[in-house]
Amino acid sequence: MKGYLLLQDGQWFEGEASEQWKTPAQGEIVFFTGMTGYQEVLTDPSYKDQIVVFTYPLIGNYGVNERDSESSNIQVSGVVMFHCADAASHYESTSSLGAYLEKNGVPFLTGVDTRQITKTIRTDGSKQALLTQQKTGVLQTSDKKQIFETQSEQIATFGEGSMHILLIDFGWKKSIVSSLIARGMKVTVVPFTKVDQVSKQSFDGVVLSNGPGDPKDSLSLLPELKKQIESSPTFGICMGHQVIALAFGANTKKLPFGHRGANHPVKDRQTGKVFMSSQNHSYVVDETSLEQTPLETRFYNVNDGSVEGLTHKDKPVLSVQFHPEAHPGPADAEWLFDEFLTIVRNKKGEKVYV
Amino acid sequence: MSKTVLVIGSGPIVIGQAAEFDYSGTQGCLAVREEGYKAVLVNPNPATIMTDYTIADAVYCEPLTVQSIIAIIEKEKPDALLAGLGGQTALNLAVELEKEGVLERYQVELLGTSVASIQQGEDRELFRELMESLGQPISESQVVSKVEEAIEFATKVGFPVISRPAYTLGGRGGGIASDPESLKELIENGLKASPIQQVIMEKSIAGFKEVEYEIMRDQNGTCISVCNMENFDPVGVHTGDSIVVAPSQTLTDTEYQMLRTAACTIVSALDVIGGCNVQFALDPYSKDYYVIEVNPRVSRSSALASKATGYPIAKMATKIALGYPLDELINPLTGDTYASFEPALDYVVVKFPRWPFDKFPEADRTLGTKMKATGEVMAIDRTLEAAFQKAIQSIDTAVPFIEDIEKEMTAPTDLRFFAILQAMRLQASVDWIHEKTQIDRFFLQSLKQMVDLESKLQAHTISSLPHSLLKTAKWFGFSDQQIAQHTKASEAEVRGLRERSHIVPSYKMVDTCAAEFEAQTNYVYRTYAGVNEIEPLQAEKKALIIGSGPIRIGQGVEFDYSAVKAIDSLKALGWTTIMLNNNPETVSTDYETADRLYFEPITTEVIAGIVEHESVDLVFTAFGGQTAINLAEDLEHAGLPVAGVSTDVLDALEDRDRFYEALDQLQVPRVAGQTCYSQQEALQVADQYEYPLLCRPSYVIGGQGIMKVQNKQELKEALAKTNKRHYPVILDPFVVGKEIEIDLVGDGKDVFIPGMMEHIEPAGVHSGDSMSVFPASLPQAIKEKVRHYSQQIVEYFTYKGIMNIQFLWQEEEVFVLEVNPRASRTVPIVSKVSGHSLVDLAVRVMADSQDVKQIPFVEMPYVAVKYPLFSSHAMPELDHILGANMKSTGEGMCLGHSVGEALAKVFSHLPDLRQEPEACFIDSDDVDESLATSLSFDEWVQTKEAAVYVNDKSGEVAKGRRIQALKYGISVFSEPSTFKAYVDSFPYKNTEPIALPKMNQGVQSI
Repeated sequence: MKGYLLLQDGQWFEGEASEQWKTPAQGEIVFFTGMTGYQEVLTDPSYKDQIVVFTYPLIGNYGVNERDSESSNIQVSGVVMFHCADAASHYESTSSLGAYLEKNGVPFLTGVDTRQITKTIRTDGSKQALLTQQKTGVLQTSDKKQIFETQSEQIATFGEGSMHILLIDFGWKKSIVSSLIARGMKVTVVPFTKVDQVSKQSFDGVVLSNGPGDPKDSLSLLPELKKQIESSPTFGICMGHQVIALAFGANTKKLPFGHRGANHPVKDRQTGKVFMSSQNHSYVVDETSLEQTPLETRFYNVNDGSVEGLTHKDKPVLSVQFHPEAHPGPADAEWLFDEFLTIVRNKKGEKVYV
Repeated sequence: MSKTVLVIGSGPIVIGQAAEFDYSGTQGCLAVREEGYKAVLVNPNPATIMTDYTIADAVYCEPLTVQSIIAIIEKEKPDALLAGLGGQTALNLAVELEKEGVLERYQVELLGTSVASIQQGEDRELFRELMESLGQPISESQVVSKVEEAIEFATKVGFPVISRPAYTLGGRGGGIASDPESLKELIENGLKASPIQQVIMEKSIAGFKEVEYEIMRDQNGTCISVCNMENFDPVGVHTGDSIVVAPSQTLTDTEYQMLRTAACTIVSALDVIGGCNVQFALDPYSKDYYVIEVNPRVSRSSALASKATGYPIAKMATKIALGYPLDELINPLTGDTYASFEPALDYVVVKFPRWPFDKFPEADRTLGTKMKATGEVMAIDRTLEAAFQKAIQSIDTAVPFIEDIEKEMTAPTDLRFFAILQAMRLQASVDWIHEKTQIDRFFLQSLKQMVDLESKLQAHTISSLPHSLLKTAKWFGFSDQQIAQHTKASEAEVRGLRERSHIVPSYKMVDTCAAEFEAQTNYVYRTYAGVNEIEPLQAEKKALIIGSGPIRIGQGVEFDYSAVKAIDSLKALGWTTIMLNNNPETVSTDYETADRLYFEPITTEVIAGIVEHESVDLVFTAFGGQTAINLAEDLEHAGLPVAGVSTDVLDALEDRDRFYEALDQLQVPRVAGQTCYSQQEALQVADQYEYPLLCRPSYVIGGQGIMKVQNKQELKEALAKTNKRHYPVILDPFVVGKEIEIDLVGDGKDVFIPGMMEHIEPAGVHSGDSMSVFPASLPQAIKEKVRHYSQQIVEYFTYKGIMNIQFLWQEEEVFVLEVNPRASRTVPIVSKVSGHSLVDLAVRVMADSQDVKQIPFVEMPYVAVKYPLFSSHAMPELDHILGANMKSTGEGMCLGHSVGEALAKVFSHLPDLRQEPEACFIDSDDVDESLATSLSFDEWVQTKEAAVYVNDKSGEVAKGRRIQALKYGISVFSEPSTFKAYVDSFPYKNTEPIALPKMNQGVQSI
C-alpha cells in the first residue's frame, strides 16, 4: 500500500505505508542521524508528536527489547525509514520493530529516499508534516504545549540512598533516573506543574529533565521553578537547561532544524576538552541574551558555536543542552552526573556544619 | 628554515601489509608539507605513489634497518620522526631506533604515540596488565616462550586455543590448534616468527561477534570513534580475511556505546596521539565482551574506515602528531565543520577480501587467525544486498565449484560466502546455516533475499519480467549482466528494458554527516534506491580513469601509481578528472586525488553509466592494469570514447597469431611458438618442438597458469588444468637466455625509452618474480637492437601511448617475448629512477598529441636493483620456487652507485657468508659450496645461525626442504643466479643513502 509524507509546503514523498494507518498522522518532521538507538528515540518523550526520519537506511535490525525504552510508550507520531527489517536478529529482541510500531498504532513509511527528505529539512527547516495515504492533506496548526502532556501525572520516588534528588519532570527519560540511581541517589520525580506541592528543604539536589517542544511553554511556572532551582544544587538537561536559562532571564530561540544524533562535538571551556554528545533539541539558548544574566557559557558546540551548557556565577547551577545520560548515543558526558553529585555532596556536607 | 620530518613507509607489499600504507603514507607526507614542514620519506617500495617525487621533498628507497635510517638521519638531519603511518614495519623500526638510543643521539623527536605506549599496546604481557588495571576483559591468555608452557595452558583452559606471536604483522605465524600435536607445531613456528620469541596463547572465543572501532585521539585527550565495523565472519577468521560491514549492524545502541566507551578508555589509557584500532569479541547472547587487540597506529582497518566514512584518518592522525587538536582541524568533506566529530553514515559498506588462491590452487584455503588475502574491495549502497552484490562484482575472481558445502560451513575457507549462497539455492534454511557457521542471522537473511530474488528472476523471461521485479533487482544491486543470466537474455536487452522502464542509476554523496550539513565532497556512489543528487561536473574536458581494483598477485599497487599519475598529468593539461575504482586501500580512491571519485565496481555497465551521466570525453584504460585494459573492447563496442590505440590494435598485440604475423612481416625476431585453440591441437603442435615447453593460457594476470612442462605427460596434465576461458594457449619452446624488459612511450611514430632493464635470473622466471637491474649496462649492439625493434613495433601499429616489451637476449640476438599495451609493473621503477614520468608522457601523447622525439635522454649516475617479496609467512605450505607463474606479492628497490652497491642494500638483512658460512646451506650443483655449512640439512636447519638456503632442484625432497626452510624463517634461493648476485654483494659495505631524482625538467615542461 502506498503512503505519503506530506510537508507543510506541499512537497510529498511516496513510499510504502505500514498496515495500520487509519487517520493521517501529523507531527513536526525531524531527522535523527545516529546509526543505532531507534528504540530509545521512539520512546524518548522529547520526541513527542514528532515524525522522525532515520537517516541510517537499515533500521530495526536488532528488533525491540525490554530494556532499552526510555519511557513506557512510543512518543513519536510517525516514523520514516528507508528500510525496516522484517525480522529481528538479537538475543534480547522480543519483537520486530515493524510489529512493535503496528501494535502501538504508530504509522510508518518505508522505501523512501530518507536522504532526500533530510536534505529538504536541512534546507527548509523542520516543519509540520503529515503521514497520509493521499498526496494532499490539511495540516492542522500546531499549538500544542507538549510538556504538559509528557510530564508524569503523579509524584513518584525511585531508588534508595542517603541523598535525595528532586527531578522536575518535563517528560523524563528513564536513563536520567537510572544514571542517578546508579550513583546511589534516591530520586523523586515531580511533574513541573506540581513543584509547588513539594517542600524545598527536603531535597539535596534538583535535576530538571528533558522534554519536548518549546521551553517557553513553561513561562507561567518559571517563578516557582526558579525558587526550587535557587534552593539546592541544580542540574538541567536539555529542556531543563533551557528552562534554567529562561528562569534567570535569558532567552531561547528555535534552530532551523535542530540537533539530533549521537555525534555532536561539544567543548568544555573549563578543561579545553572536546567530547561527543547525544543531542535532541530544536531550541537553543541565545548566547547574546546571557549578558544581563548571572549565567555563563561553559559548553559550546564545536560545529556551530551554539550554547551547549551553562553555569551560574554564584550558585551551584549547572546545565547542559545535550544528554549526559546517553541512550541513545555516547556516554562521554556521563561524568557530569558525578560532577553534579560532588557539588550536591559538598553542599550537604556544609549543611552539617552550619 | 622549516623543520624536517622523516617519514618511514611500510616497505614492499606483503600479505598483511599492503597498499593501505601507501594511502596512509601519502596522506601523511602531504599533511606534513601542508603544514609547512619538509617531508623526507624512506620506503624501499618503488611501486607506491608515496615514493613519487610529488609526494615528499626527498625520497629514499633504502632498506628499513636501523643502520640505513641512521645514515639518512645523518644526511638529512630531520627534527622529527613519523612512524605511525608505515604499518607494523615502521612501528617496529621506531621502537628499535628508540631502544638503541638513535633518536636521542640525533635529537630526533618521535611524533605521535610514544614508544612506551606502542610497547604497552603491542607487548602482549604489558597489554594484559593494562587491561586488567582498566577492568577491561580479555580472553584467558598467557604469554609463553616454550612449547611445554603452551601445552600446560591448553590443558588448563581447554582446546581449541589461539596462538598469536608477539610483534608480528598480519597474524604471521599464528593460528588455532585443536589438539596437542598441532599445538606443538604452531608454537614452534610462532616462537620463530616472533622477534622476541614470545607467543600469546588465548582461549578460543570463536563464534563471538567481531567488532572493531577506529579511534582518533589528540594531545588534549579528545577521543573520537571515526567508525565501527562488524565482521560478517564471527571471531576465528582474521579480520583481514573477514567480510566486514560498516557500521555495525546487529549491535543495539547499548552494545555499540559500551564497546565505544571501552575503546576510548583503552586508547586514552595508552595515551595514543593519532589513530588507533581496537578489536572486540562480543558474546552474541550476553553483554560479555573481550578486548582482542589494539593497533596504536593507522592500519588496514583505518584505511577502510576512511573510505567507508570519508573521514581522512591518516591525514588527521599526522596533523594530530604535529600537535594540532582535533577541534581546530576542519573536516575537509563539509568544509565548515570540525574534525572532532564522529561520522554518521547513511549507506552501508561491505568490504570483501581478495585472496590469492586462484594463483595458488595448491595452497591451504582454510581461513584462521593468519591473514591470507592480498587485497580487498569495498562497496557502498543503500541496501546491504546491493553492497554485497557490488563487492562480489568487484573482486574479479572466478568462484570454483564447491563440492562439500557443509564442510565450508564448519571449516571456513575463502569459499564460505559462496557456499552459503549455494546452500540457500539448495533450500538450506537460515537457521541451519547459522547453526553451522554462527554467522548472524541478520546477514544470512540478507543473502537469502538475494537468492530468493534470483529465483524470482529465473521464473521470467525478459519479456515477462515485471517492472517492479526489475526495479527490486536493481535496488538489490543485481547487474544487468546478472539479470540477463537469470532471465536468459542478453545484457543489452536488459539494459534496453531498464532504460525504457526509466530505471536508471542515481548517484549519491559520501559526506560524513548523513546530509545534516551541506558538504563539498566529490566522493560519489551509485544506487537505484533514491533520487540523484550529483550534478555533472562543470568542465570543458572530462577524463575517466579506470582503476585496477583489488591488489592481487600480478596486479599490485604499481597500477594505482599509474592511475594517480595519469590523473595528475591530465589535471596539469587542464582536464577535469574522474576516477573509478573499488579498492579502499589506495591513493586513487582518496576523494582528494581526482576531481570526482566514483567508488563502484569496474564494469562496463558502471562505466557506461558514468560516461553518460558526466558526458565524459575520454575513458583511460591504459593505467589500471589488465583489469582496465580487458574492458577496452567492451567499452568500444558500447560506443564509449576510449583513449589511446583502438581495440583492434590492442587485439593485434595481444592475439598471438596476429602479433607473430606482424613481427614476421617486420622481420623482428621472436621466439618460436604457436597458438592452440584446443587441447588436441596443443598436443599435436607440441610434437614439432623439443621439450621443455612453456604452456601459457590467454587472458591471465601475472602468468597465472603458465607452466613449464618437461614431457608430453606433463603437458597433458597442464592442459587438463587449464580452464576453457583461458584458451587459446600458446606453446613456446623454452629458450635459455636473459630477459630484457623496457617500458616505452610511443607517439605513433617515434619511441621514448628511458632505459633498459635486465633480469638477474634467466628467462623462464616470471618478470614479476625476478630481480632486475635498471638501467642495465648492455652491449651497445644489443641496446640498438632493442631500440630498433621497439621502434618498428610502435611504427607498424602507429602505437600511441605506453607499452612494455619483454625480450629474450641470447648471444648476439634479441627475440621479442611479449608486449603489454598498457602501463606495466615496472613503469614506476623506470620513471622514478630515470626521472622521466612515463605515465605523464603517455598522457600527453594520448590527450595532447605530444611527440616524443625531442625528449632529451639523461644519463643516470646510479643504478637500481628491483627485488621481489614473497608472502611465504601467509602460505608456508607453498613451495616458492621461481618459475613462470608469478608468486611474489610485492617488490622492493634499492639504489647504488654500482650494481654491487645496490645489491648490498637489497641483501643487507642477510649475513656476510664470508664471515658466517654456517648461516648457509647449499643444495645445488651450480653453486660454489665454499660459503656453506658442512652440517647435514636436518642438523643445520635447527641451528640458530641458519639464514640462507639454496636449492634449485626439482622433486619432492627439494620441495619439502624449501618449504621447511621457509617455515623456519630462512631465506630460500631457488635460482643460482640470485644467490650469485647475493655473494657478489659482500664486498660492498656501508653504502651511502641515495635519494631518488627530482623529475627531469625535460619531461615536465614540454
